[in-house]
Amino acid sequence: MARVLINLPSHAKPGEIIEIKTLIAHPMETGYRLDSTGAAISRDIINHFVCSYNGDEIFRAELFLAIAANPFIAFFTTATESGELVFSWTDDHGQTQTEVRQITVE
Amino acid sequence: MIRVRLRAMYLGRCQFSLSSPGGGKGELWGSPMTRRRILLVAAGARFASFLPKAAATEAAMADAIRAVIGESEAQRGKVELELPPIVENGNTVPLAVSVDSPMTEADHVESIHIFNQKNPQPYVAAFKLGPRTGKARVATRIRLADSQRVVAIARLSDGSYWSDSVDVIVTLAACTEQ
Repeated sequence: MARVLINLPSHAKPGEIIEIKTLIAHPMETGYRLDSTGAAISRDIINHFVCSYNGDEIFRAELFLAIAANPFIAFFTTATESGELVFSWTDDHGQTQTEVRQITVE
Repeated sequence: MIRVRLRAMYLGRCQFSLSSPGGGKGELWGSPMTRRRILLVAAGARFASFLPKAAATEAAMADAIRAVIGESEAQRGKVELELPPIVENGNTVPLAVSVDSPMTEADHVESIHIFNQKNPQPYVAAFKLGPRTGKARVATRIRLADSQRVVAIARLSDGSYWSDSVDVIVTLAACTEQ
């Protein structure tokens, strides 16, 4: 499992706009590089990121080769109710990593 | 053994060296084709042929944009693309896009698309937003292989497209560590 950093407030007021910052450790290998023996390093990138809030999708990103290694994505959402935010990243091999964070809205 | 310098890959100005059997020494690109050069290219192709082709041009970017926006025209305004005008390291360039939108059910940003002119592929990223996004602002970090223009296009809920572009000077291109 890759290391993940997710930054969001643990508490928010109803209707408050909160910023969510995410970062996942990943080489984002482009497929354009050669290793020391001259063989091409095969492409391996995270191509999809989804965030849902209590089951509703609030943000989605499609990533391509030009996203830097250890992809960082920051976005906003409106705090509506207490519950959980689910973050998931999918790579070229179809592997998905999912993280869950709680938020209290009052 | 000679050293053949290839200038393929992700970058305009990063070069890497390979050894190959044969005689002579030459730069592969930038001067007219000679017989020796053709042989060198053939020798180099042994190594380079399995690398994906690294070619992005202004036309490729225009095609990628056309594939997203279709027949509509992207108007200038509403979108603000934030990128440093001079980038010291093209491997990780902070990028932020914000769109002037109230982000309500009736009037919100549906998606934001980022394109570049000279990386191997013109499409950088697509972000899908909605009324629950609250604020139409997205930030990420990208790679830039050369000094070039980066374009952001936003699709609003009324179906209109708005764009902004920034010209970036890259001093160290997104490069490979051999």
